[in-house]
Amino acid sequence: MKKISLAIAIAATAVSGLAFHASAEPVDEQLFIDGQEMISRAPAPEGHPFDEVLSGWLFREAETRAAEADSFANPGMLDVERGEEIWATVEGSAGKSCASCHNDAAETMKGVGARFPKWDADAKRPIDIELQIDKCRVDNMGAEAYKFDADEQKALTAYIKHQSLGMPVKLDLSEGEMQSWWDKGKDVYYTRTGQLNLSCASCHEASMGKYIRADHLSQGQVNGFPTYRFNTGGLVSIQNRFRGCIRDTRAEMPKAFSDELLALEVYVTWRGTGLSVETPAVRQ
Amino acid sequence: MNLSKVSQVALAVLFSSGASFAADVAPGDVKFQDLAVTTSLTGVPGNPEEGASVFKDRKLGNCLACHANSSMKSELFHGDVAPTVDGAADRWKPEELRAIVTDSKQVFGSETVMPGFYSLNVGVNVREDLVGKTILTAQQVEDVVAYLATLKE
Repeated sequence: MKKISLAIAIAATAVSGLAFHASAEPVDEQLFIDGQEMISRAPAPEGHPFDEVLSGWLFREAETRAAEADSFANPGMLDVERGEEIWATVEGSAGKSCASCHNDAAETMKGVGARFPKWDADAKRPIDIELQIDKCRVDNMGAEAYKFDADEQKALTAYIKHQSLGMPVKLDLSEGEMQSWWDKGKDVYYTRTGQLNLSCASCHEASMGKYIRADHLSQGQVNGFPTYRFNTGGLVSIQNRFRGCIRDTRAEMPKAFSDELLALEVYVTWRGTGLSVETPAVRQ
Repeated sequence: MNLSKVSQVALAVLFSSGASFAADVAPGDVKFQDLAVTTSLTGVPGNPEEGASVFKDRKLGNCLACHANSSMKSELFHGDVAPTVDGAADRWKPEELRAIVTDSKQVFGSETVMPGFYSLNVGVNVREDLVGKTILTAQQVEDVVAYLATLKE
């Protein structure tokens, strides 16, 4: 029976010539990473445009999904290992490593990746993991802040977030002025940019589940960042991904960690409330 | 710089920039009426073969990103963000196709995802080298419209 329906499917493909995409739907599968169940579908929080939030994993091809489900097959795990080394490496004038204060990341960093960006009373703005690392380096280690997207920044961020693997994303919007940054981020999300005049919502809300050429449009969730991408062969940070999307609308890219992109990170992270942290996720 | 030098430079700028020519209707002057643009943007009839090239060129129309097209089966990966263009000429008159390609928001409303290909009603923070420029030239729009007008079922 299976063979017959496959033959029919092939014939139908040959006739239409356009059936390149098996299905426009996210797959009906459950993500387990090394046997640990991930929440890849969750009821959306109140005020969310969708009823259900969906991990980008559900929108990827079978090989890509398989690579994320097995940490030996996930090339991003090499960066996580690199991050573990950085965690224990002394740097800066204070003679400290991350581990000097935070000991075993498996205990002290557990849950951190699920609740950032969070309010930073000193900076009077939300900070993400990357900025928290820089804060520690400058204030406590006597080291320099990382250059944006330095390999070390991506690896250490991935290592820290990976300690929350499987934990549901949950921001605290009641801290400080998080709510007004959420509002600002929402404005950014719906603002059309560039000559192509597209907003985040044009693709990831209005066209979610559809195909742009070969690319299956997901909800644009960020619960797996930094994410390993096969097409660039390395980890991609959230801020880099935001800038890349905006560039593709033929707009000038805002600076990494600018108010605009930090607000967007707050808002987009909230849009994935309830999804498991999947860092490092794998994408095509 | 003498006068003839100045005019040479001016001509070079005119022909290299892809900017609109004097005879073209400027993007802001296109008249939309009853969801149609009845006047040619250039006065020069569109070339459907050129239009097909613009349609599939990823750096120009990139129309296949969103619209499937059975007459371009050799091109891999047709998107489905928007309806197929199969039979477009049965559903729309050329002057309606011209309106849609020029600035689809004038036809489908402000929420449509489709970019305006000959419009300066664009998003914020446009890349500096593209400020004041349209995605396609007026003639490229006419060519695409001529191509779409051949898509009958």
